[in-house]
Amino acid sequence: MKKTTPSQDFVRGIWKENAVLIQMLGLCPALAVTNTVKNALAMSAATFFVLCCSSVLISTFKRLIPKEVRISSYILVIATFVTLADMILQAYAPVQHKELGAFIALIVVNCMILGRQEAFSSKNNVFRSLLDAIGVGIGFTIALVMMGGFREILGVGTFFDISLFGPNFEPWVSRVLPAGGFLTLGFILLAMGYFEQRKKAKPPKVEAETVEVSS
Amino acid sequence: MSDEIQVTDQTASDEQEIPLEKPVSTFRLIATLGVAGMMAGLLLVLVNQHTKPMIDAYKAEQLQKAVYEVLPGTDRYDTYYLVDDILSLSLPEGVKESDYKRVYVSYNPDNQLHGVAMSRGESGFQDVIMVIFGWSPNTGKLMGMKVLDSKETPGLGDKIFKDLPWVGQFFASPDTPLIPTKPGAGKGRPGEIDTITGATISTKKVIEIINNGLEEWKPYLEQGLPQSSPVEVDEAPAEAEVQS
Repeated sequence: MKKTTPSQDFVRGIWKENAVLIQMLGLCPALAVTNTVKNALAMSAATFFVLCCSSVLISTFKRLIPKEVRISSYILVIATFVTLADMILQAYAPVQHKELGAFIALIVVNCMILGRQEAFSSKNNVFRSLLDAIGVGIGFTIALVMMGGFREILGVGTFFDISLFGPNFEPWVSRVLPAGGFLTLGFILLAMGYFEQRKKAKPPKVEAETVEVSS
Repeated sequence: MSDEIQVTDQTASDEQEIPLEKPVSTFRLIATLGVAGMMAGLLLVLVNQHTKPMIDAYKAEQLQKAVYEVLPGTDRYDTYYLVDDILSLSLPEGVKESDYKRVYVSYNPDNQLHGVAMSRGESGFQDVIMVIFGWSPNTGKLMGMKVLDSKETPGLGDKIFKDLPWVGQFFASPDTPLIPTKPGAGKGRPGEIDTITGATISTKKVIEIINNGLEEWKPYLEQGLPQSSPVEVDEAPAEAEVQS
């Protein structure tokens, strides 16, 4: 494993190893609740809470958890925090809770969270696990808000419930339907791949020895 | 069996803490999961104890508001419980209130029988859909409908409470029983309610819940409801403020 600095732990998850856009993890909520920016933000917040709490707890107790039962222990921890988030949301933000409906409970099976525990928190100290969790959480938020933004603007004609195009806008309804989620994600990934490739194809200015030119 | 296979754990070699190849006793595995489960349970119970009163209070408040919403023009209402197949204003001594089914009978400002609100839950597309609806025993028409609780798919099934024109159909005094109709295929029958494309199951279910609820309650309601409220009004204006 490559040694990393704490700041790398933090930055890595935001864009370079973005859980949704690069690692393709946590796609279920990314496709399902991103029909509006508001839903995307609420889902990101709940996931962020669960991710950070689980990372801290699991890295604290990593020495006590035998590796034979680690996955079940992690799931137990994650499920506990998800249920807590569910109850707290229902008590303090009942409207938002109603909006997200079943998807709060489904955070348990978000493999991005389990992935971070298995790949990082179970091997690193509490501080760095928290940094990693915050970074990945921010990256998740960026991806979801991006999806929610595109879908809400095109599918409803609003951004954060603010009307953008006036009354004559004909909403592209398929954007907010499930198929629109897949298409939007596909287009975002296509654009990212395109720019990635262009970056690679451009010869670097100084050391131009081992450049792979892919066209 | 072959001893050529040498398992060297590459990833573990970087770590200091996990010792290799040391068998862990079954007891320890069970104990770890057991303790973790117990702590999780404890935490959940504590938080639940704290949040449950708030959640219940919110639900009760929503229900009270909903009675006024689904019975437009209501001034005040009485809660009737179904005790031994008879509608009764009071419960027998020492029973739990939540064990009894109930209807809310509302009166208009002149203290005349106005409408009856019933809540009912049935499985929808995802989970139970809780619906409260108002019905007029005088005309036999529906007066209003509100979804109290649902986990229907965001963006699709949740149109049962987000699509206001759809919800509006229930306030346009349709005849009962309601007839679910494909949009555009209506024949002008008085109980027709258009379903929503993309939310067919959820919308049909709401209609079904109302029809089933009415079917279940009608025999009791037909036993006769008092035309004016038998309950003394102490603080009459207090409740009227809830109206929206």
